[in-house]
Amino acid sequence: MNAPDDLLPRLTALAGRRFGPRAATLGPDEDFFEALGIDSLQALDLLTELEDAFGVEVPDYELQGVNTFGGLAEVLRSRL
Amino acid sequence: MIDPSTYDSLGQLLSDALIQFKTDTALIEARRREESLRLQYREFSASALRVANRLQAAGIGAGDRVAILMSNQSKWLLSAYAVFFRGAVLVPLDYKLSPEEQAALLAHCRPAALVTEHGIWRRLPDLAVPLALVSEAPASFGAPAGVERWEATQERPAEADFVPRSREDVATIVYSSGTGGTPKGCMLPHRAYLAQLDGLLQLFPMERGDRYFSILPTNHAIDFLVGFVGPLCCGATVVHQRTLRPELLLWTMQQYGITHMAVVPLILAAFERALRERIDALPRWQRVAFEGLVATNAALTERRPRTALSRRLLGPIHEAFGGRLKRLFCGGAFVERQRAEFFYRLGIPVVIGYGLTEACTVVTVGGLAPYRADSVGRPVPGVEIRIVDPDAGGVGEVQVRGDTLMAGYLDAPELTEAAFDGPWLRTGDLGHVDGSGHLHLLGRRKNMVVTAGGKNVYPEDIEGAFAAVPCEEMAVFAADYLWPRRGLVGERLVAVVRPGTSEREAWRVLRERNRRLPDFKRVDGVVPWVEPFPRTASMKLKRGALAEAIRAHLDRDAVRPLARLEGP
Repeated sequence: MNAPDDLLPRLTALAGRRFGPRAATLGPDEDFFEALGIDSLQALDLLTELEDAFGVEVPDYELQGVNTFGGLAEVLRSRL
Repeated sequence: MIDPSTYDSLGQLLSDALIQFKTDTALIEARRREESLRLQYREFSASALRVANRLQAAGIGAGDRVAILMSNQSKWLLSAYAVFFRGAVLVPLDYKLSPEEQAALLAHCRPAALVTEHGIWRRLPDLAVPLALVSEAPASFGAPAGVERWEATQERPAEADFVPRSREDVATIVYSSGTGGTPKGCMLPHRAYLAQLDGLLQLFPMERGDRYFSILPTNHAIDFLVGFVGPLCCGATVVHQRTLRPELLLWTMQQYGITHMAVVPLILAAFERALRERIDALPRWQRVAFEGLVATNAALTERRPRTALSRRLLGPIHEAFGGRLKRLFCGGAFVERQRAEFFYRLGIPVVIGYGLTEACTVVTVGGLAPYRADSVGRPVPGVEIRIVDPDAGGVGEVQVRGDTLMAGYLDAPELTEAAFDGPWLRTGDLGHVDGSGHLHLLGRRKNMVVTAGGKNVYPEDIEGAFAAVPCEEMAVFAADYLWPRRGLVGERLVAVVRPGTSEREAWRVLRERNRRLPDFKRVDGVVPWVEPFPRTASMKLKRGALAEAIRAHLDRDAVRPLARLEGP
C-alpha cells in the first residue's frame, strides 16, 4: 500500500505526463478544468490511470464536483 | 416485437416480452474488461420476481413509490421491473446529483422503499426510508434497521403477485429540475410511455440480437426508454459497463458488437477526437485514399443511410466502434451540425432529437432519408407541435400536445397549471417550423442553460454560492435569456451585480467562489448594474423585469469577462 502523504506528488506527476508540463506544476487547490482546458471525460481518463497506479477502484460518480488535484487525492485516499 | 399500443401498463408489456423472448439475452454487464453478468430474458424475469417478492412482503403495491438511485447496471433494470410488476410508482433519481440534492428529492417524494448501491448510500445523510435495498455493500456493512442488502433478495422465491394498472395510472415520477425552489417531479402515466414507445419503434425498430449500450444515466428519460423498455420489447440486449471511461467505452463497443447507443454531445466530441487521432495516424497516402472513400460514401448515402455499404468502404473506422453500429441517438443538449455531419459522412447516422421530461422524452427527431442535421426534425408519431404567437419570422414558443404528456408535477399544482396552455404543454423554447415540417430551435424563453453534458442548469440555483460576495445585490442569468439570440450551443451564465463600496473586493470574492463551483455552474462574466433590482412586496426578485431593464439599456458587449476584472 502507498503511503498517503506521497499521494499528491505522485498524482501530480502522472497528470503531468498525461496533460503536459503545466499540469505537473499545478497546486493542490487550483482548478484543473480551468488551468488545463480539459473536460470531464479527460479527467476520467486520468482517474483510470491513477487507479492503476494506486491499486484502487473509484466509481465514476465520485469525481462529481471534484476540480482540484487536492480533491482528487482525497477521493483516492478514502478508497486506499 | 411486442406492440406497445395494445397494452395498459409497462408492467404488463415487459412481462409479455420476458415470456416471448425467453432464451434471448436480455442483459450483459461488464466490469471494466470482464463480463460480470449475462441474463437471458427468463433469467431476468426470475431475478426481478425475487425483488418483487421482497417488495410485496414489505406491503408495497398499487400506487406506492419506490425510488431507484443507482448508476447504470443490471440491478437498476431488475428492480424497476419489480416495481412495475407490483403496480408501484417508480421514482428514478439522478445518481450524479450531490448527496444533499438526492436527500432533498427523497424527502420530496417520500418513497416506501429506496433501491441504491453502497457507493451512493454511504454518502447520503441519514434518511427516514422504511426499506432500503443496498447493493454491493462490503462484508463489513452493518445494516441498520430497515436496511438490507439487495443481493439478499436473490435468495427469495421467484414469485410475486402481479398488480395490474390502467393506462392513466402514474408509472413514474421523474424530476426534471434540480434543487432550488420547488422540485419538479413529472408524473408520467403508463399511457405516456406506451404512446412514446409506439411512436419511436415505428421510426426506429430494433431487432432481436441488436445490442444497446446504456451509458446515459438510466434515471434520465432517454435511456429509460431507448435503453431499457425499448430494447426489451424488441428482444434486443442491453449492455452495461460499470466503469464508463472513454477507452472502456470503445472496448465495450468492440467486445459486444454494439448496434445502438444514445449519447450526449460531450461523448460525441470524445468519439470524434478518437476517430481523428486514428485518421491522423495513417501514413499520408493512406489518408488521401481514405478521404476519397469518405467522399464516395458521402455521395452514395446522400439520399439515405446504407450502413452495410459504409461499413465495407470504411472498415477501419467502423471497427473502432465494434463494426456493428447502426446509429447513435443524441439529445439532451444540442449537437453541432458539423459534428453530426462528420459522423454521417463516415456512415454512422447520428439521430438528433429534441424533447423534455414533461413530454416523456422525445418530441421531434431528425430525418435520416435524406439526412438532415440542420434542424431537430419532425414530431414523432403521436405528438403534435405548434408555434404560439409567432413573430414576423415565424418564431414563437414551441408547444406540444399528445398522449406522451405528463399528468402534472408532484405536489405542485401552481407549477402544473403554469406548464400547460389547455391541452398544450409550454416548452419555454423558441422555434419555427419550416416548409417541410422540420422544427428549428432558436433559443430559450426560460432562464436556463443546457450543458454539453445534457444537464439543465437553473441560474437561480447558483446564486446561493455567491452569498458571501460583498455587494448590494446580485442575480445570476443565462446570457441568452437577457439577450435572446439564435443558437443553443455555447450558452453562458453571467452575474448581474450592484456593487457596494469595494468593487475590487466584490470581484475578488466572486472569482474565488466561482472557482469552487463545478465547471458547468460557473459564471463567465459580470454585468455591473447601478439601479436597485425590482422586487415584489415580499422582496422577491422580479427576474423578468430586471432582465427587461438590462436588455433595454445594455447589450451583450456590456458583459465583462471575469478573468479581466480588476483584482489580485
